[in-house]
Amino acid sequence: MSVLVLVEREPDELSAQALAFAAQLDGGAPVAVAIDGPYAPAAWAQTLAELAAQRSPLAVIAPGSERGNEVLAHLAAILDLPFCANTLTLTPGQPATVTRVRWGGSLIEEARLHGSPLLVTVAPHAIAPAQTLPEVELVEPAAHALAVAPTKRVGATGTGVSLETARVVVSGGRGVGSAEGFAVIEELAALLEGAVGCSRAVTSAGWRPHTDQVGQTGTKVAPELYIACGISGATQHMAGCKGAKKLLAINADGEASIFAHADYGVIGDLHEVLPALVDEIRKARGA
Amino acid sequence: MAMHICACVKRVPLTGGRITLTEDEQAILTKHLGFTVSPHEECAVEEAVRIVEREGGSVTVLTLGPPEAEEQLRDMMAIGAGRAIHLLSGSKEWDPQATASAIVQAITSDEQAYDLLLFGNESADAGNYQVPIRVAHALGWPCVTAVKAISHEGEHLICEQEVPGGRDVYELSLPAVVSVKEGINLPRYPSVPGRLRAKRQPIVSLAPERPAPRLEMVRLMLPPDSGKQVQVLGHGAEAAPAIVEVLGELGVLP
Repeated sequence: MSVLVLVEREPDELSAQALAFAAQLDGGAPVAVAIDGPYAPAAWAQTLAELAAQRSPLAVIAPGSERGNEVLAHLAAILDLPFCANTLTLTPGQPATVTRVRWGGSLIEEARLHGSPLLVTVAPHAIAPAQTLPEVELVEPAAHALAVAPTKRVGATGTGVSLETARVVVSGGRGVGSAEGFAVIEELAALLEGAVGCSRAVTSAGWRPHTDQVGQTGTKVAPELYIACGISGATQHMAGCKGAKKLLAINADGEASIFAHADYGVIGDLHEVLPALVDEIRKARGA
Repeated sequence: MAMHICACVKRVPLTGGRITLTEDEQAILTKHLGFTVSPHEECAVEEAVRIVEREGGSVTVLTLGPPEAEEQLRDMMAIGAGRAIHLLSGSKEWDPQATASAIVQAITSDEQAYDLLLFGNESADAGNYQVPIRVAHALGWPCVTAVKAISHEGEHLICEQEVPGGRDVYELSLPAVVSVKEGINLPRYPSVPGRLRAKRQPIVSLAPERPAPRLEMVRLMLPPDSGKQVQVLGHGAEAAPAIVEVLGELGVLP
């Protein structure tokens, strides 16, 4: 039995991860499928439903991206089948056994997945991407009565270094104390040519816009270095920054749970540490 | 045009920094935790209230949850929902298919007809990313997910979704299903009169039967420990030179 994998037309990192996940199943080489048309989730799902009816695959798999999850949810609704989002492992059977992420990765669920074909998306960054990509089969989109598609795209509002792609993110939490307190965070971020982030407590208090929020319900970042200043380390926040290669925590409370996730720690008030750090960086540059 | 909106919410624990599981591995140990509404969903209720404040109509808040979820329904009525529907779930978790069909059943049999159903994009706990879409298909209504802005032009609902490089704009005919993400608004704090009013507002309680799950939770597990051992660079301002040294080692000093 084959395995169908929905990928981007030019397979991206998450598509390559989904292909690697599919290749582990006992279904021969996965068939990579892309839809030849603009994004319309219900129509894309209908296309996959028709392909699945023709080819009776063992599973239909997509990346655990916004789009992948959305299209497979539509497919599951069309086929009236269960769907497992953000899957870590899949062992086919009657029923299949899966593990999947909950709470943005702070918890893992083991579950039984019924039905055929098996519908799953692959949790992002949980598996190494496939090294060689199969040829992508381009499929004409089918029609669906509920299909809606974007009518236009409007430009991004932000300027400067984006959180998603920054090599360094300097993030502030409740410990920053006020909107004005972020001046020193901004100064450090600018010196390091990085982006400013913040925790959910900060956006809830109205100190920073939600576009700066790193976390389960904000932006997921993956910089070389994440500098967490005055952030306690709630699961909500860690879900957004666990992709960072290294984490430096600066916190006045040496018992804060952020230190359990940190590679480097400084115990102290960020309003004392950061100005000294800014001076030291300037000094090092001047030398 | 007056809009009749139902916003669906889920009661979830406030997990803080460390999750501990119950001995039977079926749930998070919540003995010492408070509860809240999933963040995206609180924004869904706030958005519903704002639309109705602008255009008239009504806001109903719906949850599928244990008897204790009445607390979350009252919280949402305190920020402006006028009435609530409580689908009593019992102690076992409902899978997304069962959840969606219970919601559809409640919506279609309710005395109020709706123009718009609002959801959070995904719940904070299970994160199944599918209940709103399943509800939309069952009702035969169009659906847009992950919405960060909603406006209303004539017969159409204009929804904006954040995508890499900008915002995609969707136009929906009503009735419709929309799931929103945190950031679409900043939910208000309940006022004291709001809290008092919420105590007296009606809650319709129903006890749907739980079908056999088809995505069937077996147990929960904590992810493996990161095994990280933090290297303490120092205390206070004196740590600055050590930090600069680390920045140099990591190659992030421009």
